[in-house]
Amino acid sequence: MAPKMPWPTYLLDRVGLPDSHKLEVYRQHGGYAALEDVLRKPWKPEEVTAVVKDSGLRGRGGAGFSTGLKWTFMPDPAKDGRRRYLAINADESEPGTCKDRVLMEKDPHGLLEGCLISAYAIRAEAVYIYVRGEYRKSLAVLQAAIDEARAAGLVGKGILGTSFDCEIWMHMGAGAYICGEETGLMESLEGKRGHPRPKPPFPAGYGLWGQPTTVNNVESIFNVPFIVQRGAEWFRSIGTKGSTGNFLCGISGHVERPGVYEVPMGISARQIVEELAGGVWKGRKLKAWFPGGSSTGMLPAAAIDTPMDHDSIKNAGSMLGTGAMIVIDETVSLVEAEYVIARFYEHESCGQCSQCREGTQWLDQILHRIARGHGRVDDPALLESLARGMAPAKTICALSDAAAIPTLALVKNFAAEVQEHATTGRLPAGCVSILAAQDLQEAHA
Amino acid sequence: MEAATRNPATLDSVILTIDGRQVSVPAGTDILTAAKSAGIDIPHLCYDPRVEAIGACRMCSVKVEGARGLVAACGQSVAPGMQVITEDEELARRRKHVLELFLSEHCATCSGCDKSGACRLQDYAYRYQADPHRFGVYRPRYDGDNYTTLNKGILYDADKCIRCGLCVKYCETVQMAEALTFTWRADRMVVSTPGDDDLNDTSCELCGGCIRVCPTSAMLDKRAFHAGRNSDLQRVRTTCSYCGVGCQMDLMVDRQRNRIVRVTAEPGSPINDGNLCVKGHFGFEFVSSPERLTQPLIRRNGALEPATWDEALALIGSRMQEIRKQHGPDGLAFISSARCTNEENYLVQKIARAVVGTHNVDNCATSCHAPTVAGLAESFGSGAMTNSTTEIRDCKVLFLIGANPTEAHPIFGLEMKRALRRGAKLIVCDPRETWMAKHADIHIQHRSGSDNMLLNAMMRHIIDEGLADRNFIESRCEDYEAFAENLKGYTVEAAAECCGVDAELIRAAARMYAEGEPSAIYYTLGITEHACGTDNVKNVANLAMLCGQIGKWASGVNPLRGQNNVQGACDMGAMPAKLPGYQRWSDAEVRARFEAVWDAPMPQTEGLKIPMMIAAAGAELRALYVMGQDIVATEPNQAEVIERLKSLDFLVCQEIFLTETAKLAHVVLPSTTFAEKDGTFTCSERRVQLVRKAVEPPGEAKADWEILCLVAEALGKPMPYRDPAEIYDELASLSPMFAGISHRRIAEHGGLQWPCPSDDHAGTRFLHEGRFTRGKGRFHAIRHQPPREEPTPEFPLILSTGRTLYNYNCGSMSRKSAVISQKESANFVEIHRDTAARYGIADDEKIVVRTARGRVTARAAVGERVRPDTIWMPFHFAEESANVLTNDVFDPVTATAEYKCCAAEIEKLPAAGTERLGSKSHAAHATR
Repeated sequence: MAPKMPWPTYLLDRVGLPDSHKLEVYRQHGGYAALEDVLRKPWKPEEVTAVVKDSGLRGRGGAGFSTGLKWTFMPDPAKDGRRRYLAINADESEPGTCKDRVLMEKDPHGLLEGCLISAYAIRAEAVYIYVRGEYRKSLAVLQAAIDEARAAGLVGKGILGTSFDCEIWMHMGAGAYICGEETGLMESLEGKRGHPRPKPPFPAGYGLWGQPTTVNNVESIFNVPFIVQRGAEWFRSIGTKGSTGNFLCGISGHVERPGVYEVPMGISARQIVEELAGGVWKGRKLKAWFPGGSSTGMLPAAAIDTPMDHDSIKNAGSMLGTGAMIVIDETVSLVEAEYVIARFYEHESCGQCSQCREGTQWLDQILHRIARGHGRVDDPALLESLARGMAPAKTICALSDAAAIPTLALVKNFAAEVQEHATTGRLPAGCVSILAAQDLQEAHA
Repeated sequence: MEAATRNPATLDSVILTIDGRQVSVPAGTDILTAAKSAGIDIPHLCYDPRVEAIGACRMCSVKVEGARGLVAACGQSVAPGMQVITEDEELARRRKHVLELFLSEHCATCSGCDKSGACRLQDYAYRYQADPHRFGVYRPRYDGDNYTTLNKGILYDADKCIRCGLCVKYCETVQMAEALTFTWRADRMVVSTPGDDDLNDTSCELCGGCIRVCPTSAMLDKRAFHAGRNSDLQRVRTTCSYCGVGCQMDLMVDRQRNRIVRVTAEPGSPINDGNLCVKGHFGFEFVSSPERLTQPLIRRNGALEPATWDEALALIGSRMQEIRKQHGPDGLAFISSARCTNEENYLVQKIARAVVGTHNVDNCATSCHAPTVAGLAESFGSGAMTNSTTEIRDCKVLFLIGANPTEAHPIFGLEMKRALRRGAKLIVCDPRETWMAKHADIHIQHRSGSDNMLLNAMMRHIIDEGLADRNFIESRCEDYEAFAENLKGYTVEAAAECCGVDAELIRAAARMYAEGEPSAIYYTLGITEHACGTDNVKNVANLAMLCGQIGKWASGVNPLRGQNNVQGACDMGAMPAKLPGYQRWSDAEVRARFEAVWDAPMPQTEGLKIPMMIAAAGAELRALYVMGQDIVATEPNQAEVIERLKSLDFLVCQEIFLTETAKLAHVVLPSTTFAEKDGTFTCSERRVQLVRKAVEPPGEAKADWEILCLVAEALGKPMPYRDPAEIYDELASLSPMFAGISHRRIAEHGGLQWPCPSDDHAGTRFLHEGRFTRGKGRFHAIRHQPPREEPTPEFPLILSTGRTLYNYNCGSMSRKSAVISQKESANFVEIHRDTAARYGIADDEKIVVRTARGRVTARAAVGERVRPDTIWMPFHFAEESANVLTNDVFDPVTATAEYKCCAAEIEKLPAAGTERLGSKSHAAHATR
């Protein structure tokens, strides 16, 4: 049961209800009313796109691109008769991020309704929901919801007795982070290795099986029925000028009450940590925090009053990303923390681009040697030049950026600590080694 | 982005600025190609013009004004007014960084590498002074066995691999073999096969493309490993000597060891665009085979014994002159060779006509495409491929009948695959389920020998549906009425019944072909090697004229020629009826011209074609001179051929190996391969291309043209040509269609396509534009005739024969390659699984195939490539020759045998039971 928030909420309102995943419950709480309205009135597809664009909704998958604007990139159906698809990116794999899972498992019909309205807007004949392989339950719940919706005439041919046809298909990932990149996702959906495609061409021109395709995040699409029903103005009234609406903040790390919280854009990070998550655990002090998943740059404790919206976080030198805050307390060596992250990206690089394939590997090696006390005096400089060679926008996809940006933030925001660690080979004072704890675990395993 | 080949006039051009220079290129060109056209080389490691941009190496990153970040030049199309900077300090620093990362994973040193001197990584590392040790040094990680360990041709060394992905992409999208893939992720990623299977067990076609595109030497020729660094080898550009596609390839030659070390090809080469097939890439070992003939042999006391050139030539001179005196000039005959150069073919027919005085000269076209030459000459006025190879990619509907290009003409197959990738539709009419048939929109698997039923029904449907091109028929053609009248006897339903296919397929194919914009027909021996071969060809021509699908860019009738120079052998007049340039010797003006230059009277009696020579051997025909053809292996009904040849008074063979025919000869002269002489070949698309000497011939072997000059001298008429260029000049002076061609001009133009009537003519891309060669296209009323031999209770199956991908004709060349032998070393017979079950035959079991003429044993390849009523065998294996079985009945016009159709029976081996032969990979290939 989501706690009552001191601000208006809508995203998680149904999540705490008993049997919230069932169609009956969803309908009792106004579910599919937005779809009915769109189809019966009927809205023109362009009208749906316009209201979503007007609302200022920015993608919740990490990049924060305008959802409505993305829809307008789909080719004019009068000039391009190809099949069109909507792909839902439910491959939620960014370390720290766990918000889409809540929606899929607790409110699947909310996502389905969003899918149908979005598909209607971009005239997609089918929706593919690509679910992270580890999310077995999300897959099962969504599939059951689709079956229920299909039986109720909400999916398939002639939805709600209108001429609107739309299929929704589930696809289960096989455990690769890179398949959460939109073009890697499409390759994987086509049954190929999840190697991102060079862009251009962009998915709207050449997507799934070469057809026009839009790829959206789960939470982005989940917002759509609310926007359609309550209007763009209502949505814009929440949040800041450049970042509208509520978003789901999944806070993890060294806090007393980690979890997924619905907050308005622009709320201060301190408020989330201290009021919602109960503050840094064990009465310790905050050392650093990630605003939105492991690929956003680590910020120092001093930046904790930064408002959580795209522009403010960007000005602070990081990214809002998926809004998944990771909190690090004073006992952690940041080189070790960054090494753990670098190891993740080294493992997940698809291997296509030289900078990423080898760059993630050397980030991993260099951070590892510093963390293990074998660092060299010029390693921080080498880390920085290596990371600058990887980002921004130097490779086919953004994984290279994701690996390089936190490293760059580390050497910039915590230069002294890194240099000292590399030079002396010792953990900073007061820190407890994560790696030593891991070694111990492995020795016992 | 694929190179645009369509008529440049039809493409819009874009003007942009690269490094301050204005560049104009066709719309859709990528920046990298645009820069290249302006002479600006943007560094790249994963770019190849033949594959879609990979964009992974990031070396080609450039600055584009207004763009966010750097732009990969390989994947970005040009836009009007674009401002591009390809090199500055920042870009150089960036490239150096990328190279240092590459070098950190490239765990090899240049000092021990074959590629040294031609390695792009090495070149760029030098250019940008990249430090290989900036990040540390990797020790080699992959020294164990991998999926290429057991393969004899390809070796993958992951320690040299920079994961550019070109080999994977080439294999997947150009060759479309899909044998290679990446496996694992990140820095553990290596190139492998699906499931890491042994390469021999995958769909790999051994085209060698992965080796040719590799920017380092991670994929390399196993047989060339440590056999010479690139910088030690000399590159000799020449023309492939296998099929008739005419691929340009580069022999990498070690002059000191007098060896071809390996073969490669460059993108952009005419016709093949740097692509080769397994024979082109790996099939050159025959050149240095220890089985080569190195000295003349003379039969003494029944056995062939070594002799000197003087002895051999003296014997030829005396015996042939004696026979000529006794039996007249027509008692002698010459068989020329589609494997030899134009110049040599010209000399053979000149010796026959001007020295001996007979038109008894022929070449192997009689066994294959003579019906094309005869049929298309009747219909259009000239018998050759009407379009060019590079036009194939612009074709919208490909109509293949009796052709299996991915195996028999692999590079034509590759161009067709390119057309398919560009959205072309494909109709395949073939009794076998070939690669093309599997990928076809419509596959009509008709019964062998029912082609005219099928074609007539299609054409009737086209007329009935109003799909015929009335305008074209009226303005460009003649004799339409009789043709249309004849079609009234053919209904789609009757054809469906006769062909054993669904009537709807016939209708759909007719519509698709007629409506293609444009459509083109491709055919090979499935059309010609029938007793009605010439009729078949004329009917194919009818179909094209009916729909107006000829005489246009990418649209026409295209016979794919079988041998490297079968087109040339015909062009050179190495056939009884025609002089060089398809001129008639009965024409007084022509005769006078030749008599003047040749200084000899033109013989006045009709000559014999090969099957007639064999039939007359020992009777009217007393002596036979064979250059470069193993007629025992290639003519139908082998036992009969051997019998006839044995009854000759005198048989001379000019050969590179002691073939089955040479074993019967009285004199054998050791000659040379394509790699040991200069000259020209004319490929299927009528392009005359140079053949260049790369190595010295073995022992006392001489170039065929030199031997022919010596033979002419021995026969009393010296021909003191200095070199092949001089021979070509004489030929060009005698034939208007080649008048503008000379060795010098061929070198300048990268080949010239005839007709090329004058020195300032650039050659002809496609024929019959606006006007047919003969004036008006002529329709022929063609009636269906069943094959001469139909299934009977004793021989209930139809046997058809053909070529495989890995081997070539009589096998004397291709089978010398260890790489090829590993893939396909023994004969097999394809049987449908239902038929096999009926006979109780298991896959891979050795069985007997019988016809009225003989029996052979072969391995059963059970699958679904053939119809249940048909079996199919390749003809490459002399020891179990399919031609023991084939039917020696002939096309009445051209004497082409019915190789494609005879009645046969199969049975289990009597005693041995189920002896299993061959490796698993054979079976996998045959049943795929």
